[in-house]
Amino acid sequence: MRPAPRWVLLIAGAGYVFLHLPVLVLVVFSFNASRYSVSWTGFTLDWYRALAGRADLWRGLRASLIVGTLSTVAAAGLGTLIALGLARGRFRGRRGIEGLLTLPLVTPEVVTGISLLLLFALVGIPLGLTTITIAHIAFNIAFVAVVVRARLAGMDRSLEEAALTLGADELTAFRTVTLPALWPGIAAGALLAFIMSFDDYVITSLVAGPGSSTLPVVVYGMARRNVEPTINAISTVILLGTSVLIYLADRVVARAEGLKQPGRIASGLRPSR
Amino acid sequence: MSRAASPIAELLGVSKSFGSAPAVQEVSFAIARGEFFSLLGPSGCGKTTTLRLLAGLETPDAGDIRLGGASALLLRPYERRLGMVFQNYALFPHLTVERNVGFGLERRRVPAAEAARRVAEALTLVRLDPGEFGRRRPAQLSGGQRQRVALARALVLEPELLLLDEPLGAIDEKLRRDMQLELRQLHRTLGVTFVYVTHDQDEALTMSDRIAVMDGGRIAQLGTPAEIYERPRTEFVATFIGESNLFPGEGARQVSVRPERMSIAPEGGTLPAGHTARAGTVEEVIYQGEMLRVLVRIAPAHRCTVALRNDGSLPRPLPWSSGAPVQVGWDPADARLLEAG
Amino acid sequence: MSLRRRILAAFARRPALGAWGLLLPGGAWLLVFFALPMMLMLGVSLMPRGTYGGVEPGFTLEHYRRFLDPVYLQVLWRTVLWAAITTAICLLVGYPLAWAIAASRKHRAFLLFLVVLPFWTSFLVRTFAMIFLLRDTGLINSVLLGLGMIEEPVALLYTPFAVLTGLVYGFLPLMVLPIYASLEKLDPAMLEAAEMLGARPVARFVRVALPLSLPGVIAGMILVFVPSMGSFLTADLLGGAKQVMIGNLVQNQFTSARNWPFGAAASFAVMAVVLVAVWLSLRIRDRESLETGR
Repeated sequence: MRPAPRWVLLIAGAGYVFLHLPVLVLVVFSFNASRYSVSWTGFTLDWYRALAGRADLWRGLRASLIVGTLSTVAAAGLGTLIALGLARGRFRGRRGIEGLLTLPLVTPEVVTGISLLLLFALVGIPLGLTTITIAHIAFNIAFVAVVVRARLAGMDRSLEEAALTLGADELTAFRTVTLPALWPGIAAGALLAFIMSFDDYVITSLVAGPGSSTLPVVVYGMARRNVEPTINAISTVILLGTSVLIYLADRVVARAEGLKQPGRIASGLRPSR
Repeated sequence: MSRAASPIAELLGVSKSFGSAPAVQEVSFAIARGEFFSLLGPSGCGKTTTLRLLAGLETPDAGDIRLGGASALLLRPYERRLGMVFQNYALFPHLTVERNVGFGLERRRVPAAEAARRVAEALTLVRLDPGEFGRRRPAQLSGGQRQRVALARALVLEPELLLLDEPLGAIDEKLRRDMQLELRQLHRTLGVTFVYVTHDQDEALTMSDRIAVMDGGRIAQLGTPAEIYERPRTEFVATFIGESNLFPGEGARQVSVRPERMSIAPEGGTLPAGHTARAGTVEEVIYQGEMLRVLVRIAPAHRCTVALRNDGSLPRPLPWSSGAPVQVGWDPADARLLEAG
Repeated sequence: MSLRRRILAAFARRPALGAWGLLLPGGAWLLVFFALPMMLMLGVSLMPRGTYGGVEPGFTLEHYRRFLDPVYLQVLWRTVLWAAITTAICLLVGYPLAWAIAASRKHRAFLLFLVVLPFWTSFLVRTFAMIFLLRDTGLINSVLLGLGMIEEPVALLYTPFAVLTGLVYGFLPLMVLPIYASLEKLDPAMLEAAEMLGARPVARFVRVALPLSLPGVIAGMILVFVPSMGSFLTADLLGGAKQVMIGNLVQNQFTSARNWPFGAAASFAVMAVVLVAVWLSLRIRDRESLETGR
């Protein structure tokens, strides 16, 4: 394609600034010594030190990690199975399953949350980390399935067929040929699931019990009460954490595909060829 | 029947449809041990589906498939002990050339040392140096090299039957001719039965012992290249293989005469004795190096082609040019009566 | 034949069986923890309200009728309007972004990464960043005050402007990616052919590039409109008490207002709007793709 005209590049540039400036500002001012005003009064790590002392944040982090890991593992497994089932078979009722899969994606988070609240109230399951994990698995299955399915769609069926003619039965063909090509997609889906889970406020706040707050819930409470640079600090920490995670996952996926470009994780949705 | 004489593979009344579209309709044929058997036809004629039915990658709706004398209907592809080379090679991208070729050996739990030896042998057989290519990945190979690896991967398992699905389709002209001869040589050296799918009739004529010409899911004619070319049975076969001039024959049937069997004489000249003659006007003279093709219009809706060898015996300058009245003819013995319909 | 082979052969003969087997675990989870709760909500929305905000046995349409009250319809209308405006702005900014990336040669992967990065960043954190910018003691006001352009802080936070900015900020990447995917597949030869046929830049865009990138545009619009309709956090943190969207209304019914059936009815109202919008867009896209063959 020919290079884009100047005005397009201008708008694009403005768009990039718009997308990144606010967070950059947030991060920069987490080191600002001034508590209330925005004028720069000096560099400090006080706000970060304040974080270390907050037991509620540590509890929240622990809860988020537990819920995140459990729900990611479960959603990755169940979601991949669904993607495989949809891609492999010709069967009736396919529309129904696909509908069921798109439901989480078009339902507002509030609605998902309250409907689950309803279920738990009716059945009598006490609200806590368990209910949060159940909820996270529910919406993450759909994300993983979509990502893995996209990956599968781009894969060459004849590879498996070749394996069959070479003496591998269906399970072996899956293990030795399909899975190696598929797992970057599964990794991308799992990463997406973990981040969705770690970041979730709305659904979690609705199905969490009094003592089981995840990190976003705690941080939201902080923002509600008073606004101080500690929020900037915890935001920066969360940012850093997820960035490192994404970078690592991106490296792993890139190595698997034999490439060195950044941003592969986003393209992990499609096979490299 | 002795083992040597019994067919290595048979299809008996096999039919297969995909949804409401029939792909293969009541196809029957037998493949002799050690022969080079081709399935030839235009795209959509069912040749690839037939091959896949043999491989076990599809199951027939009706009919039987026999391998080595026994029904193979219940056998999965990995139980059929045949080799297959796919159209796009289907090399495993995450494995090196060595591990690609050794894949089938691994499945059979062949010990590592022996496997390595056989892989090296197979690569040498397809003219790839194991030392140079063994550690490479498919992405680092050219199309021709990938094709050879695909071949080696199938052959290393020493199958009795090798299925090839248009393996030379993605390769350019010059290389293709070389590879055709190489495949033929391989076939002779190894004695493996080849079943070869192609839409290129030159290729089929060059390489095959027998050709099954397919059209619309059925076999139009089955025979040796010479039989198919010189005695086509239907209009489809006559026009799909080489070029044909069609003339009205007995009743509703037509006759086919190959362009190189036609004779031509300028107006006032004479055709060879006994030739059936038609009068016409030259439309085009096409110089093709080896051959000269003269397109003659003998009726408002009927044009025929006369092919002449450029062997120095032609009078120069040519005694006709565009617009010249001529006579064309043929020996009745060279006219093949085609089936009706 | 070994047991494993026998099982595989059985599944091979009935491919539908194998597919269902794979779908069962995940499908069951989704049925129980997604479809079932939705059914429950539907039931609840049709039952009379109980004393503590729950339900009593019975059947009633009063909650849906109540939703037709102008007060609540206004909330719905405001939500639709804001979602539509957000989608429009995201399209106007997102298309050039996608175009710039698709037209780039050397740094394409990096540019894509820069767009995707906000998407992976915590939504809460990004909303805070907006608050930090927009509030009275925030960066924008401080800069304007410092430059002497204003005497008092402008109320940027807790306004419709804040909510719209927050929504666009949150969902812009979702518009860029599908459009980029469409443009990437666009064969440059088509534009060159159009040029040879005498089409000037504007015509080339309107008559060639735009129709062919329409699937991406529609996908992007759906991806922005749907979460905007259901948005809760943005209006909650950036809008304050006055800027209420449907998402806030619904959440409210289940917490302070204590009217579960009404909240359920409101939920279905908003989902109905969303589903209609999605269905319409997919119809348009399919009709277009039928004609352009993409």
